[in-house]
Amino acid sequence: MNWLIAVLQITLFVLLAPLLAGWVKWCKCYLQNRKAPSLFQPYRDLIKLTHKQPVVAEQASWLFILAPYIIFSATVLAATVVPLIAVDLPTSASADVIVMVGFFAFARFFLALAGLDVGTAFGGMGSSREMTISSLAEPAMLMAIFTLTMTASTTNLSFAITHVLNEGLVLRPSFVFALAALILVAVAETGRIPVDNPATHLELTMIHEAMILEYSGRHLALIEWASQLKLMLYGVLIANIFFPWGIAETFSIQALGYGLLAIIGKLALLAIFLAIAETLVAKMRLFRVQEYLSFAYLLGLLGLLSHIILEASR
Amino acid sequence: MNIEQLDFYTQAILSMAALVGLTSFLMLGQGRLLRLIFVFAMQGFLLTLTTGLAAYSLNNHHLYISAVLTLVLKVVFIPWMLRREVLRMNMHRDIEALKNNTAVMLGGASLMVFSYYVLHPIVQSSSVVMLNALAVSLSVMLLGMLLMISHRQAIAHVVGFMSIENGLFFAAIVATNGMPMVVELGVAFDVLVAAVLFGIFFLHIRTSIDSLDVDLLNKLHEVDK
Repeated sequence: MNWLIAVLQITLFVLLAPLLAGWVKWCKCYLQNRKAPSLFQPYRDLIKLTHKQPVVAEQASWLFILAPYIIFSATVLAATVVPLIAVDLPTSASADVIVMVGFFAFARFFLALAGLDVGTAFGGMGSSREMTISSLAEPAMLMAIFTLTMTASTTNLSFAITHVLNEGLVLRPSFVFALAALILVAVAETGRIPVDNPATHLELTMIHEAMILEYSGRHLALIEWASQLKLMLYGVLIANIFFPWGIAETFSIQALGYGLLAIIGKLALLAIFLAIAETLVAKMRLFRVQEYLSFAYLLGLLGLLSHIILEASR
Repeated sequence: MNIEQLDFYTQAILSMAALVGLTSFLMLGQGRLLRLIFVFAMQGFLLTLTTGLAAYSLNNHHLYISAVLTLVLKVVFIPWMLRREVLRMNMHRDIEALKNNTAVMLGGASLMVFSYYVLHPIVQSSSVVMLNALAVSLSVMLLGMLLMISHRQAIAHVVGFMSIENGLFFAAIVATNGMPMVVELGVAFDVLVAAVLFGIFFLHIRTSIDSLDVDLLNKLHEVDK
């Protein structure tokens, strides 16, 4: 029964990810006075891409063809660790949050290799930029997550969320900092606007798009899907760690349905904030990104320190 | 004593203390004057929120007046005045090159640790919350002084001075559950007078050396010309 719900949750995760991307796009279009595409446009794009024949460069090695499958499955595995509608599932009990960060790093490693593999100038540039940014973003993210894990004294996300739930409403200074740090890192890691622009292919500033420029057909579909999944993953992390109310603690139909509604509402709200931020903020120069990420790191560190100084027992 | 066992007011005060400390750090690393003034206004707003919170939960009505005074003076009037000055001097496009920014930030962090170290004996005789709030406000004061030392523009000095006053004000609200009304009115009036005096000083410095960079005050007119 538990495994069934776990499988159901992962399926939901994978299936809902394009819908979230569509909703973000919809909000952005509405805010920028453009006519929005349908909410289901990302699904149509994915289906269209899978029907097309993939074109692979002559120089590409086996790595180039294999990489999309590895990236997608690593991201799905990362998604199994994060509680979406219910806590205390066997999949999330088996691995902790550091494993999740590890899966992200694994997927990113193969994405960067695939960008380098064909040997185009854009691919190499994109890979080098991605690795630079991620080497700065990862410590900041871990700092933010360590704040949570120190509070709950476990690195397992499921137990940590249960801990936050049982505690009720406690205002913690450290969580304020950790939330801010995690939001900044999420924006950088999912390639949203101040760091990278997901909507353009034609600028020298692109990062994520530069790496996947050579992909087409179902390979591209898998990579696109994986990046939508990553956006949703970060959204769920932010929503469920800091505002876990509504998530199902028992496995009754009612609790699960309630959990599903709660997470959809939270994600929809978060996506609106993301769209507003993307409309208001201009893209940064690449060399400013390290300042941005070191600010995120500073926030994470302050969260950790204020946990030790302001909150710990004496 | 864990944070879960404290009441909601104390938790909120601790969060406010952390955020006020953060704004002080933000000011310290800020090279652009307009943004510096904006962060200063944010700090004033956090102080207003703290005062309002204290007034609400302690049921202390005259603190509302003090909150409104803080809002009017530190969030609206003084930032507006400084902003007008920056725009008039056409300094909003310059980035002040901060000398050894990293060292200053590290110095700021060590000042924070130092203020905890200094105030640690107090914890024996009072609550943990008091220690934390007092330590944060002491470090806000010290960071304000560091801001005045490390920046060259006279406007940044004024912001540093005002943030020292912010630190004192925070300590006063948290530690005393609201000062007598006369003291608060006096302090608010002092700040207002200080702001006006600084305006006059700006005028004089500008007419004599045609800049607000205080490093130029070391030079003698006759020698340079």
